[in-house]
Amino acid sequence: MPKSDLPTQPSHDKDSEAGFWLKLASLLAVLGVVALCAMIVVAAIPAFFSQGQTPFEWSWQPYQGHFGVLPMCAATLLLALLALALGFPWALAIVIWHLTEEAPALSWAKKAFALFIRLLTTVPTVVLSFAAVFLLTPLLRLAFGGTGFCLLGASLMVSLLILPTMVLVLESGLAARLDALCPHGLALGLSRYQLLRQCVLPQSRRTLIQAAVLGFGRALGDTLLPLMLAGNAPKLPSSFTESARTLSAHMALVTANEVGGAAYNSLFAAGLLLLGTSIGVTLILRKLAPNRARGKK
Amino acid sequence: MNKLVPLLLRLAPLLLILVCAALLAFLLQRGLGTFSPALLFGNVPPLKALLGQEPVWDGLWPACAGTLCLVLLTQALSLIPGLGCGIYLAEYASPNKASIINLSMDILAGTPSIVMGLFGFTLIVFLRKTFLPDANTSLLLSAACLSLLVLPVIVSTSCEALRALPQELRITAAALGMKKAAIVYKLLLPQASRGIAAGLILALARAGEDTAVIMLTGAVANAGLPAGLFDKFEALPFAIYYTCGEYQNAEELARGFGAALLLLLLSVLLVLTAHFLQRRYLRHRQGYHATGRSC
Repeated sequence: MPKSDLPTQPSHDKDSEAGFWLKLASLLAVLGVVALCAMIVVAAIPAFFSQGQTPFEWSWQPYQGHFGVLPMCAATLLLALLALALGFPWALAIVIWHLTEEAPALSWAKKAFALFIRLLTTVPTVVLSFAAVFLLTPLLRLAFGGTGFCLLGASLMVSLLILPTMVLVLESGLAARLDALCPHGLALGLSRYQLLRQCVLPQSRRTLIQAAVLGFGRALGDTLLPLMLAGNAPKLPSSFTESARTLSAHMALVTANEVGGAAYNSLFAAGLLLLGTSIGVTLILRKLAPNRARGKK
Repeated sequence: MNKLVPLLLRLAPLLLILVCAALLAFLLQRGLGTFSPALLFGNVPPLKALLGQEPVWDGLWPACAGTLCLVLLTQALSLIPGLGCGIYLAEYASPNKASIINLSMDILAGTPSIVMGLFGFTLIVFLRKTFLPDANTSLLLSAACLSLLVLPVIVSTSCEALRALPQELRITAAALGMKKAAIVYKLLLPQASRGIAAGLILALARAGEDTAVIMLTGAVANAGLPAGLFDKFEALPFAIYYTCGEYQNAEELARGFGAALLLLLLSVLLVLTAHFLQRRYLRHRQGYHATGRSC
């Protein structure tokens, strides 16, 4: 039955209006978001106009009056980019396997794997970090020396964290296209892998970008993994095996230690930067999502 | 070439399974041995600990109780706005209002949880400077911030559950003379209850595992059982984080592993329940005509 024929909102008389409580609930939900953004912007304003102690410098030495967050910005970007560089090809390979595995003996494995990926999205990050601190960090210490708490270790775990999300996005984008091609393509003698490789992937740039952006956004905002694994040295790391502090970890540390005063300025500036990038990521994702009729009929 | 690549592709999922199996096996090996009443209650008799007659110093019970209070309070705070907003979005909202709600829920869903925590922290700093000089971070504040975190989950699952209902249901009811409010509350909501319940369970799991928010809004390592809405509290995820950095001896570390395993188990169980509820609900519904609109 074509849905366009159906009157979803039959009339606009008094009777079909939402009740007071529903309107209030929706208003509350939207106001919550507005309050969140407003509060953080307002709190961060003094950071931008304060004389002398600006958060936009390259050194963090609270006792010498330097409250720069730029090293943390750089570390956040490096971490997210490395995690994406590790995680995205991995996710893509997994999705290609999952869509093109033709061995009948492995069909149960494909089903089980789908559930496994769902479950992976729900692993608490604090548990992941805890396991990694005692399993991955000693390995890194053996391999690269130092303490083992470094950007690389955090990136590895963050790539594991964003992997299932990217797999789900890629899969939902690619599966429909492949299925549409399949009967004809298979009849022409191509394998599912060839169809995906030659016909679907070249047309799916949008889906690929969408998955990468979503993964990047997740990687930027995660707190516990970098906090527990990256070592938290407030300086610009010169290599991936060095300790670094991300914006999110910085926020957790500053509020925990209550340095007070100008340190809070850098805290709010860091919060605003994170909020700004995450809103940016959301807006890009909305632009990229083509078929989702948002609020339109 | 075309034969070889698909074989090589099998390495990718295999690697993922191996990595996850290694992490899980490690957690199980170190944590499973600690699973006993002593993990929760230490040396205190369980009944006395449960009733709060004796404080538990060397067990996870206060942290578990804190997390339980936290998720229940979060659910209580987010239930009405979340469900109400979901119903409004699915059944009443004009395209304009729907797009505003969708935009704000998307923004909220994309916001890192530490920013929600910062929101709570800022709120307290603000209150202290203005009219509540002795305001402090507390259980209520944490729950309020967490309810912002889970709001998009509740809104989108309840909206989806309602939209998965067949359109004929609405039309038939309207043709029989039911008012819109009666259709929504007496007919659609009960029909969609299983899908909505799945969303609520998902929100529960999300609130229970988050650490960044409570770190900034009042979780501490030694508070005992949660004393009140305006007091600091212990929580399971925070206990894990704290143990990792501050453990003093092998026993505390082992308790940390036990806590990590416990939290993993709880969240996997909750999410599996939600997943199967949701799948059964949607499959059952899609046997009829789904409206096919997404939330």
